[in-house]
Amino acid sequence: MKGITMLKPIGLMALTAVVLAGCASGDETALDQPATTETQPESSFTTGSGSSYGEAEARRLEEQRAAEAEAAAERSANALRNERTVYFEFDSAELTSRAREVIRSHADYLVANPGTRIRLEGHTDERGTREYNIALGERRAKSVERAMMLRGVAQNQINVISYGEESPVNLEHTEEAWAKNRRVVINYR
Amino acid sequence: MKRFLLLTWLLLAAIPARADLNIVIDEGVSGALPIAVVPFKTSGQLPVDVTAVVAADLKRSGLFDPLPQDRMLAKPSRPEDVQLQNWRAADVDNLVVGEITQVEGGSYNIRFHLIDVYRGKQVIGYDVPATQNGLRSGAHRVADFVFQALTGQRGVFNTRIAYITANGQPGQRTFELIVADADGHDPRAVVRSGEPLMSPAWSPDRRKMAYVAFDDGESAIFIHELRSGVARELVRKPGINGAPAWSPDGSKIAAALSFGGDPEIYVMNVDGTGERRITNSSAIDTEPTWSPDGQKIAFTSDRGGQPQIYEVDLASGDTRRLTFEGRSNARAQYSPDGKNLILVNLDEQGYRIGVQELDTRQMRILSRGPLDESPSFAPNGRVIMYARQGGQLATATTDGRVRQTLSQQGTVREPAWSPYLN
Repeated sequence: MKGITMLKPIGLMALTAVVLAGCASGDETALDQPATTETQPESSFTTGSGSSYGEAEARRLEEQRAAEAEAAAERSANALRNERTVYFEFDSAELTSRAREVIRSHADYLVANPGTRIRLEGHTDERGTREYNIALGERRAKSVERAMMLRGVAQNQINVISYGEESPVNLEHTEEAWAKNRRVVINYR
Repeated sequence: MKRFLLLTWLLLAAIPARADLNIVIDEGVSGALPIAVVPFKTSGQLPVDVTAVVAADLKRSGLFDPLPQDRMLAKPSRPEDVQLQNWRAADVDNLVVGEITQVEGGSYNIRFHLIDVYRGKQVIGYDVPATQNGLRSGAHRVADFVFQALTGQRGVFNTRIAYITANGQPGQRTFELIVADADGHDPRAVVRSGEPLMSPAWSPDRRKMAYVAFDDGESAIFIHELRSGVARELVRKPGINGAPAWSPDGSKIAAALSFGGDPEIYVMNVDGTGERRITNSSAIDTEPTWSPDGQKIAFTSDRGGQPQIYEVDLASGDTRRLTFEGRSNARAQYSPDGKNLILVNLDEQGYRIGVQELDTRQMRILSRGPLDESPSFAPNGRVIMYARQGGQLATATTDGRVRQTLSQQGTVREPAWSPYLN
């Protein structure tokens, strides 16, 4: 829960930067509709003349595209960072490719913000014995920790705990419930 | 944490008793011995129906089939009043008669006789004293005497069980460590917490209980004195503090700790001193259990890939793998005679309770699956209790002949059968 309040300001800052980039180019159209923004100046240009205007326009378009690309990257990083749970296969602590992406985005943020600390909570499904599952949950949390440290996160930013099968999000006894319960939760503190 | 738990225990003194576990016999022995427990003669109304408790104990063992009271032609309370032909006509092999008298100070004496109907002889007869609040316990002792006289095995009717309950939806669950009589009667919450409680373990003198509690994500092992309600922290290190197991002499605790990087088995004195690491592998080592002679510890390890049971000799450190059946085996416990292990076996049929003979390595499956766990031996080694999917407890005799279900509202799990009181 604590983590959610930590991350919100970051998301807003990124959004502000995008809006500013849009304003600088004198274009106030919605960012996700670049095609419409270009039709108006294009038509006025054909009736007039002068290549300098065309160069400025090309530069402006390029800057806009770069800003958009950056914003898109920022947005997808934010989206990844808003994912705070990574999931595992049965009796496995191996990271899926999706888990690696999510972990990378959190790791980059943690490297950029060395004062920020997280807790990795390992969980399992209900199959297997309880104390073994405590150990398996810890193994999962530690494989997330290791991936983050390989990307430069300091160990003192990470705290690892395991609840084993004791704290399921879904109490049913189905494959679907088990898949939801096999997880590591990234908790910002 | 300490303050929080202390507060919890103070509050618990006022917590009313929980609902009893409801016991259903799923499978009994077809040839259960017919017996009659004749209503004991009493002077006035007693707080406990002693006769009913004795009959229910015997029936629950699966080995006896008590005659309903409305089919009794007479209700004698002394051997000299018994008309043997009445009971022979009812096809009863054995007969229990008795009398309860109040003695000064408000306590009781239960006098009973076990009579062999065909030989026309008394098998045993005892005076069993019972305190004012101890009539149920006295009744269980009577049932223990009868059981032992007729089966040659010690009864476990006067023992207790501990278990964990969890209630509520994810995010707002309440966990309780409960102690109840072996028949599910008189359940009392020993600890209550908003975070998981795990792995209750009776001390051999059954006065203390070790367990694992969580507090804001940190785990610790506690030792709780049942009579005083005083608990103290045994170990709280970074990482896992789990799976406490008492040495047979009650002086040491084995546990799984992961402060060194991965879970290893450690042994320490009950005051937390003298910690010694027993295992050393980069795999998961957990769920220790002591052999009855205190010289070995069996534990779960996935050092070979899948979880299996290994055994380490404490003096030499020699370690060997004990289990090879099925896909995996975990959470073993030695039988009281040290000849068998009960464990959780996984194969195509799911997780089931198995008993493996140590000498022959022969495994017998005792439960139906698909998600059975936490097997615990009764102190006579004849019955085990375990937890089933959906949060029920169950018992099975080690010969696989009798099975029962014990259920309660909410989920009930991790049963631990107490030692004898002695």
